[in-house]
Amino acid sequence: MAREPIIQVKNLVATYGSRTVLKGVDLEVYPGESLAILGRSGCGKSTLLRHMIGLSRPAEGEVLIKGQDINRISEDARVAIFRKIGMLFQSAALFNSMTVGDNVAFPLREHTGLEESTIQIMMKMKLDLVGLSGFDRFKPAQLSGGMKKRAGLARAIAMDPEILFCDEPSAGLDPVVAAGLDNLILRLKSAFKMTIVIVTHEMESVFTIADRIAMMHEGVIRAIGTRDELKQSEDPVIRQFFNREADDEEIDRDQYLNTITGAGG
Amino acid sequence: MSKTATKIFGQVGRRGLELAGQSREVGRLARETFYWMLIAPFRGKGFKWKYVVEQMVKIGYESLPIVSLIAFFVGLIIAMQSAYQLKAFGATIYTANLTAVSIIRELGPLLTAIIITGRNGSAITAEIGTMRVSEEIDALATMGLNPVKFLVVPRVLAMMIMLPCLTVIADLVGIFGGYLISMLTLDLTSVRYVDQTISALTFKDLFSGLTKSGFFALIIAGIGCHQGLIVRGGAEGVGKATTRSVVVSIFLIIAADVLFTTLFYASF
Ligand SMILES: Nc1ncnc2c1ncn2[C@@H]1O[C@H](COP(=O)(O)OP(=O)(O)OP(=O)(O)O)[C@@H](O)[C@H]1O
Ligand SMILES: [Mg+2]
Repeated sequence: MAREPIIQVKNLVATYGSRTVLKGVDLEVYPGESLAILGRSGCGKSTLLRHMIGLSRPAEGEVLIKGQDINRISEDARVAIFRKIGMLFQSAALFNSMTVGDNVAFPLREHTGLEESTIQIMMKMKLDLVGLSGFDRFKPAQLSGGMKKRAGLARAIAMDPEILFCDEPSAGLDPVVAAGLDNLILRLKSAFKMTIVIVTHEMESVFTIADRIAMMHEGVIRAIGTRDELKQSEDPVIRQFFNREADDEEIDRDQYLNTITGAGG
Repeated sequence: MSKTATKIFGQVGRRGLELAGQSREVGRLARETFYWMLIAPFRGKGFKWKYVVEQMVKIGYESLPIVSLIAFFVGLIIAMQSAYQLKAFGATIYTANLTAVSIIRELGPLLTAIIITGRNGSAITAEIGTMRVSEEIDALATMGLNPVKFLVVPRVLAMMIMLPCLTVIADLVGIFGGYLISMLTLDLTSVRYVDQTISALTFKDLFSGLTKSGFFALIIAGIGCHQGLIVRGGAEGVGKATTRSVVVSIFLIIAADVLFTTLFYASF
């Protein structure tokens, strides 16, 4: 992989108020690869994605997509870049006032000059890909959580993006559908040469779909590499994650009492 | 200095900074709105007529019954109050003047704006706020679509078209209410009342009323959208923003009215 990275994150620092969530993240994503981002809940994975797609401005550092700093370029250049990017939000973020079909058709209607009949066909194809054919007239409120996720994915790939970001695509899905989704992502990668950045907790899907794995811990990328490289790691944080071990619960009785009574601290 | 005094100064300072920050934000939003409304369409960046029409229906057509009804009642009230007062001088014919002038200059624009704030300003904040909380606005932005163009411009434009229209209707219905009650209770002929009404009004009255209503529209839609866009913190945040949107809008509407009345009618 000696090619130029398509996404470069350089020393990214992100804060919410006075809390620093990302403390200098460095990350490179290469064209055509799939990168999985792992990490404990609340460690800042969604925050990292928000910065990578330019929804939040970094406190420090920069994000480059195709060599361009997305926080410095003109509005027009940004629009040109983002037309080629799809994002599946953790909450799916479907437009609740539109039907599922209109949600998927929306980017096509806004960005392409295609005929309505063509758009309808493309919309139905994308819904079929995620296993939601026949649901195009439903409102998002009438879908289950997992179905919303899949509809969100259909919308994210509506424009056949070059880069696809997925925030926990398979959370809340049954194993059959989750496996189907993994297959879909693999197909997108091989057929459309999409670059895929995916946040997930499902180790199964990480092993199936990810070329490389980035492990986040306490606001930085603790380790990055292929599955085998990470499996051989001696780092306790990584080993704990891969072996599905719970935190060591050596409860100090006095401290526990203090915590629950709010005394001392 | 005592502790309480420090506290009060601190509070005032914080509020002041907060207010200054918000005004800057509103200014930025206004600039962006005007860009997407007046400049971008001529640079081939498109314009969302579909959404403007959608909003016009919500704001104009669907508000028509309640605005008319309230204007009618207010017409009745003003005419009755005026007639009661004027009877003492045997000058009940001037009921026509008082009703027409007060409705066209003040009550028509003001009442319509306040009804529409409650009915549509709050709805704008709630809608946009909910979209903010459910990340729909972020989704729009990641598609390379500008939220101001898609959400704010249609609402501001629809409001600026429909509020003056509603105001004209409220004026007419209100005057009709006054006419009706006068015919029923006063010893006047229909022709005299109508003549008197027409002679009482000047073009300036209508012009000042409609100018005001255009600015009120800007306040209602602008504050409504801004409060919606800055929502933080879930459903509770949306509720708070909606309340704030209505309160701030009504305050600004009345303050603007004071300013306009001074400009148009102050005799100093
Ligand atoms: N809007 C916000 N305001 C303040 N703090 C926030 C906000 N969003 C996230 N945080 C904080 O930032 C940290 C990282 O959040 P983030 O959503 O990025 O975590 P995550 O890694 O995606 O977790 P999960 O796997 O549970 O989705 C959390 O500790 C959270 O409390
Ligand atoms: Mg997350």
